[in-house]
Amino acid sequence: MTARDTDWDGVRLHVVTGKGGTGKTTVAAALALALAHSGRKVLLIEAEGRQGIARLFDRPPLPYGERKIAIGPGEAEDGRGQGGDVYALAIDPEGALLDYLQMFYNMRGIGSALNKLGMVDFATTIAPGLTDVLVTGKATEATRRKQPPGAPGGFAYDAVVLDAPPTGRIGRFLNISAEVSGLAKVGPIRTHADSVANVIKSPQTAVHFVCTLEEMPVQETLDGIAEMRAIGGMQVGGIMINMARPAVLTPEELKAPPDLAAMAEVLGEAGLHSTDVLAASLAEELAEHTRTVELADLARAELDAAGQPMYELPLIAEGIDLAALHRLAAVLRDQGAA
Amino acid sequence: MTVLGNPRLDADRIIDDRRTRIIVCCGSGGVGKTTTAAALGLRAAERGRQVCVLTVDPARRLAQSMGLSTLDNTPRLIEGVDGAADGSLHAMMLDMKRTFDEIVESHADPARAAQILANPFYQSLSSSFAGTQEYMAMEKLGQLRRSNEWDLIIVDTPPSRSALDFLDAPERLGRFLDGRLIRLLTSPVKASRPFTRVLNAGFSVMTGALTKLLGAQVLRDAQTFITAFDSMFGGFRERADATYRLLQAPGTSFIVIAVPEPDALREASYFVERLAEERMPLAGLILNRVHSAGGCRLSAARSVAVAEALESTSTIGGPNDPVAEASSAHDPAHSAYAVTAAALRLHASRMNLGEREKRVAGAFTSAHPAIPVLEVPAQPEDIHDLAGLRRVGESFAGE
Repeated sequence: MTARDTDWDGVRLHVVTGKGGTGKTTVAAALALALAHSGRKVLLIEAEGRQGIARLFDRPPLPYGERKIAIGPGEAEDGRGQGGDVYALAIDPEGALLDYLQMFYNMRGIGSALNKLGMVDFATTIAPGLTDVLVTGKATEATRRKQPPGAPGGFAYDAVVLDAPPTGRIGRFLNISAEVSGLAKVGPIRTHADSVANVIKSPQTAVHFVCTLEEMPVQETLDGIAEMRAIGGMQVGGIMINMARPAVLTPEELKAPPDLAAMAEVLGEAGLHSTDVLAASLAEELAEHTRTVELADLARAELDAAGQPMYELPLIAEGIDLAALHRLAAVLRDQGAA
Repeated sequence: MTVLGNPRLDADRIIDDRRTRIIVCCGSGGVGKTTTAAALGLRAAERGRQVCVLTVDPARRLAQSMGLSTLDNTPRLIEGVDGAADGSLHAMMLDMKRTFDEIVESHADPARAAQILANPFYQSLSSSFAGTQEYMAMEKLGQLRRSNEWDLIIVDTPPSRSALDFLDAPERLGRFLDGRLIRLLTSPVKASRPFTRVLNAGFSVMTGALTKLLGAQVLRDAQTFITAFDSMFGGFRERADATYRLLQAPGTSFIVIAVPEPDALREASYFVERLAEERMPLAGLILNRVHSAGGCRLSAARSVAVAEALESTSTIGGPNDPVAEASSAHDPAHSAYAVTAAALRLHASRMNLGEREKRVAGAFTSAHPAIPVLEVPAQPEDIHDLAGLRRVGESFAGE
């Protein structure tokens, strides 16, 4: 184990949310990889059955079961440290319900009978709060799970990363007690919900927000953070700025209007033709870039005002594959997120 | 403008065609559905249609720019629309709970309605059921269409986790309401219902299991809710079926919205196939946020090569190079090299992005070569006023 400090040392359950289109699943996967170092074991959970994780890691659709899907990076400092393991689990409400029945009542058989009767439809249709409890319940169970007797001891997973529903639904998804208390004031569901809530509203859980530097995602992130803070005991994690485009020049250079004649001359020297037209259209693209950089800076300042640690992940133009995930994981590690 | 080989989606022809009465905008989250719906609505209104845009969860600033600050379930007239062509634009935000409450009130006598509205299961179902929003959006669409006050209704589907949810939601609700579980749950309180002994035993095992799972109080609430709701099931089914038929009718056009990203286009593909299965009329695909090459056609490879040459000139310099003496970055000659090189690199990444987008979009278009596609260029800024929506609308214009 390395003694390197990270920003979330006490956190064992990382909940990752974000507006649709911001790359929430990608960042969750990169965070899981980043956490899986020095022999640590990390579980990456997909809460909404879209099989996005399987696609990211280029695997066939994941069954309801914890499977090893990747190996984390070794420690670069001494070149000898071992990597860790990333396991993945795609939760579907049906599997979570059967699990719940098995875990608490040892009645998987009756579970499948209930399933045939439309029990899952019942849970997902009439009381979505119950489905959320089952999904978050599975995540908290994995977080608290101990190693089997005879093993070295400690927890089965060093960290769990939950690819959670989008920002618009995250409050309802995590505020389980409130959701369930309307339905069940007492009884087993209530007891279960309370114990799940105890883990979620504890310092071992943090809710990270994935955001891009655009107006709507920024607004949703700020709203989401405010919503989390309004729920007592919930720990807001980091803001992970995704798909950030690096500025090509310094702010001063960008601010100065480009000298078209000089640009045309330079382009001519380099052997290009129709240099006036070329210089003009390049300058236009540069001006657009300058505007984008300004807007991104405004967005960054707005996010910064929320007072949470921020991490910045670069746009990977070629698309996301395993190599890209490792790159993003390294960026998260370098910035202290894991 | 489309470089993809598919026919071009002529959005103007669709909104100008008086026979088009409903346009449904669908697609996965974060692809610009609401903006597209609003831009289509504004353009149609300024071309003479009486338009109502039904939106489910608009970005706050967009809503404000259209004059919608409250979620009040009533179509509001949008000011600032050019009425020269005698068109008008209304917009409303869906309040799903209120829409649901209204259905209950219209289908049940006051005493029973009050009983349903107060039940915790109803409250959970009406405010948070993942499909309720979809179902209520379709219900509201049906209501607006029947009122005949507008000759074009544009609906922006809810931000579902899957673009398909809104098609399935009415059916899922119906399946649930008709389900065996409902019968099971309602049977114990319908004491008069005759059962064979065997059946009864089976049921009591089940209810026993349910009690264990949910707790007696939850089960009781569920039973009273379902019993109270029972009388309305038929009405629900009929309404869902009527709306479904409305979506298949000739006056309806579906427009699938996507961005040139693999996930969004995968959803778009599913959607296109699903609409075909359901015999729903698909008008085409709007591909938002396309990074076009702009005026400059210099290839990415060439741009990078020239940028590299310029950078080596400006940093190392040669004995004959006037830049060699200019060590300061503030020197104009140096700065022209640096700026030109940076602009070329920027251009290269833009060309690469454009290429990648074309490749990603190509996966969709080669699978669906006959589907009309309209590309909308990426806007540098978010849209939060009518002028911005008008600008987007201009990209819908025919060639």
